[in-house]
Amino acid sequence: MSPTTVDILLLAFGSFGILIGLTFIGEVLRARQTPGTLNPVLETFMTRIQSWWGMVAFVGGALLMGKFGVMVLFAFCSFAALREFLTLTAKAQADHKSLALAFFVVLPLQYVFVGMGWTGMYTVFIPVYAFLLLPIMSALRGNADRFLVRVAETQWALMIAVFCVSHVPALINLDLGQSSDRSVLMIAFLVMVVQFGDLLEYFFGRRIGRHKIAPGLSPKTREGVLCGVISAMCIGALLHWITPFGILGAAGMAAIASFVGMLGSLVFAAIKRDRGVKDWSHLIPGQGGFVDQLDSVIFAAPIFYHLTAYFYG
Amino acid sequence: MKFLRRLAARIVGHAIRIFARAITAVRADWQGIEPVPRQRVYFANHTSNGDMPMIWAALPPALRREVRPVAAADYWLKNKLRAFVGPEVFNCVLVDRRPEVKDKPMDKIIAALDEGASLIIFPEGNRNMTDEPLLPFKAGLYNMGLARPDIDLVPTWVANLNTIMPKGEVIPLPLICTVTFGTPIHVKADEDKDAFLARASDALVALAPEVTQ
Repeated sequence: MSPTTVDILLLAFGSFGILIGLTFIGEVLRARQTPGTLNPVLETFMTRIQSWWGMVAFVGGALLMGKFGVMVLFAFCSFAALREFLTLTAKAQADHKSLALAFFVVLPLQYVFVGMGWTGMYTVFIPVYAFLLLPIMSALRGNADRFLVRVAETQWALMIAVFCVSHVPALINLDLGQSSDRSVLMIAFLVMVVQFGDLLEYFFGRRIGRHKIAPGLSPKTREGVLCGVISAMCIGALLHWITPFGILGAAGMAAIASFVGMLGSLVFAAIKRDRGVKDWSHLIPGQGGFVDQLDSVIFAAPIFYHLTAYFYG
Repeated sequence: MKFLRRLAARIVGHAIRIFARAITAVRADWQGIEPVPRQRVYFANHTSNGDMPMIWAALPPALRREVRPVAAADYWLKNKLRAFVGPEVFNCVLVDRRPEVKDKPMDKIIAALDEGASLIIFPEGNRNMTDEPLLPFKAGLYNMGLARPDIDLVPTWVANLNTIMPKGEVIPLPLICTVTFGTPIHVKADEDKDAFLARASDALVALAPEVTQ
């Protein structure tokens, strides 16, 4: 086994160990409740942990399969996210062809470019080519009714669901002055610090949170976010050995990724509120859709990618 | 040969269901009924040719085996492929809408109900191409409810299909489709046709999900 494979397995088993621990704590708390009552916070916590088991298994498996596995996994995530996003946006029949292009041409091409490692292309393909060409397709059908809204919402969907998501696997392409197959571990680093930060933000927010960041939008509190970011910093420092960042660098990058991710999930909460839905979809039973699960990673990915490329590339 | 055709029909059925799931992640929302085998008439809104396969794909296997969509013979008998898919894969009750035909649609529908089948019907009669949520219902639903008053008439709303597969488009868009099953209704004693059809139409529209755009 290569050192990278060993590290991936180590991370996967480490995560499984933590999940067993968290499941155990949750079950202890459940057992201490008065029979017949349900604590909604605890139940949410437990369903989150359940979806984590699947996430660790999928991401771990994809990382072990290498580049191709990672591309396929995240292309599928993009597809599911784009489907959820575009289900809620404004569109007319005049947009049918441009939306079909978004799903069946733009999305696969973006992952082909990421897979090829063609940095100059995948960083501009969506914001330049897709954003300029798709409105042309819509305009050619000659329907001006709410044109700007339709175009803008489609562009946002592509930005979030394809461009941002594809920057997670794009981390593989960064040349960080280490043996080339270790870049795959950057994906594990990003996903783990952001997700753990989220989980602990939720936990502390419910425990000691007082001051809401955006009342009427989200239950996130200043105290929760602070504790979440600090937790992410600690986890980042603990995981520094899989990164080229060094201990302090890893803590700093983890803090930034986690903080941006939390603010990102606030943005998603605003979009959901605007559309009058509670969850993006019902694809994952009991927990909403793919975007609900991935919102903070989606937002953090491009920023983490570019900061890493800037400081360590 | 007959066995092979049946096998082929099963395989095509699975393929259609898997395709529908992969593209639209079609999901059944059981608001007013439980997904248990019971004789029912599912009456649904009709905006796209994909409506019937979508309801069919959303039903669990035990219910899917018992259900027969009521569909237009002129559409499903147009070519050999359709004549295979309509009657054999979906097990459609084919009705002829032309007035000069002797074989009356309602007789075939009642016969199918008396054999114990559940039905899927589109009481608007045609695909709805307007901005209204529903076209006025035809009398068929009332006549069924009157003739077989014990059978549950279940309002069934198919969301989003007019954007997934609008008339005239070839490529279906992968958007999420939800099929919502509402509370069953029955024809009340001394309720006239128009009052019943209005009530049925209201019960169906009430299931449309509200998404602000």
